[in-house]
Amino acid sequence: MPVTVKTFATSGEAAAALSSERDARYFGGGTLVMRALNEGDIAVSTIVRATDHALTRLDVTGSRITIGAAVTFARVLAERELSFLHPVAASIGGPAVRNMGTVGGNLFAPAPFGDFTVALLALDATVALQGGYGAREMPIEEFLAGRARMQGGLVLSVAFQRPSSTEAFRYRKIARIRPKGAAVMTIAAHVPSSGGRVLSARIALGAMAATAVRAKGAERALEGRPLDAATIGAAASAVTEGTSPIDDSLASAWYRREVAGVHLRRLLAGEP
Amino acid sequence: MAKTALQFRHNGRDVAVFVDGGANLLTTLRDGVGDMTPKFGCGQGGCGACTVLIDGEAHLACLTLAETAAGRSVETLAGIKDGPNLHPLQRAFMEHFAAQCGYCTPGMLMAAKALLDHNPAPTRDEVVNAISGNICRCTGYDSIINAVLAAASGGRARA
Repeated sequence: MPVTVKTFATSGEAAAALSSERDARYFGGGTLVMRALNEGDIAVSTIVRATDHALTRLDVTGSRITIGAAVTFARVLAERELSFLHPVAASIGGPAVRNMGTVGGNLFAPAPFGDFTVALLALDATVALQGGYGAREMPIEEFLAGRARMQGGLVLSVAFQRPSSTEAFRYRKIARIRPKGAAVMTIAAHVPSSGGRVLSARIALGAMAATAVRAKGAERALEGRPLDAATIGAAASAVTEGTSPIDDSLASAWYRREVAGVHLRRLLAGEP
Repeated sequence: MAKTALQFRHNGRDVAVFVDGGANLLTTLRDGVGDMTPKFGCGQGGCGACTVLIDGEAHLACLTLAETAAGRSVETLAGIKDGPNLHPLQRAFMEHFAAQCGYCTPGMLMAAKALLDHNPAPTRDEVVNAISGNICRCTGYDSIINAVLAAASGGRARA
């Protein structure tokens, strides 16, 4: 069924259009919204686009990294300064999907999709949102918790601190088909350490709830301790705390719960 | 609902069509332009049968909003041969039995072309990655991978 397409030159105008129309969806790379339209989703009557160049901005020079919402995964992969995120971007779709899908759109991807968002949650990113009243920033955790109820906001960019070392950020996507397959689960861990002990830990899980979630039990088990077998074992036993895995054709919720600890252990121990 | 006028380059020629609001590029190419080489497989971005090149990069036509192709160059399988001569990839696909039912072939060829245009001498892993978004239910992929490698090395077999 035809829909109304509204294209604006600025993100402000697009945000205003989104907040004034209930059935309007923002159209980014197309991998979510066009999919819904092709499926005949009648909940979408208007799609809103912005050609604003600010949305494709990438600021990677300093310790604080900002990625515009319209930056594609292919662009993340082409940016040498973002090499720690290359395994994340490369785990999403095939090359065509990576040429289209955007970092901003990934924040809205339903489980088991949204791998990039799992990494952003582990990195404690902030999400810059343009609402009807102006722009504001919020922690990604708050954004994800309110995502289902969110009306009329437009994501402008995400920002986060660059991990202090390459060992501090780890990522693993468990899929049944390689190199391209949706996630049985996705795990991202930001575990900076000093003097052999974990300073602070943020573990994020994908496909283990409706949105990416933190494994706070595992984080507590790691903090202040050396990353040895006993600590990793304790984190692995606590990994499912607060999760409610999805049940789909890739894996049952039971299976996801059973194997989450195994995959977290392998990730933290650096095992293949 | 009003239709939108759309102009873009299709295999090196300018085309102008009218599209419905929210129409995807695949429908536009097939029904509007009459180019039947991009196939409809899933409409969900899962199969790659509709892969086309937009400004030289692989895109899924079924997930591309037609209007976003305005003024851009869209290349499909219909445009890759040179006059009566098949593209080296097409010849390699024939020689290596890389098609059985053939439904995935247009998408496979365009995904492979996107790779070879950027990387004329890919490794096997790079070929596997390049066609990872394209599903083939017949061949088991090996013959396709071998065909792309053969095309890359100008028809000579590679280790």
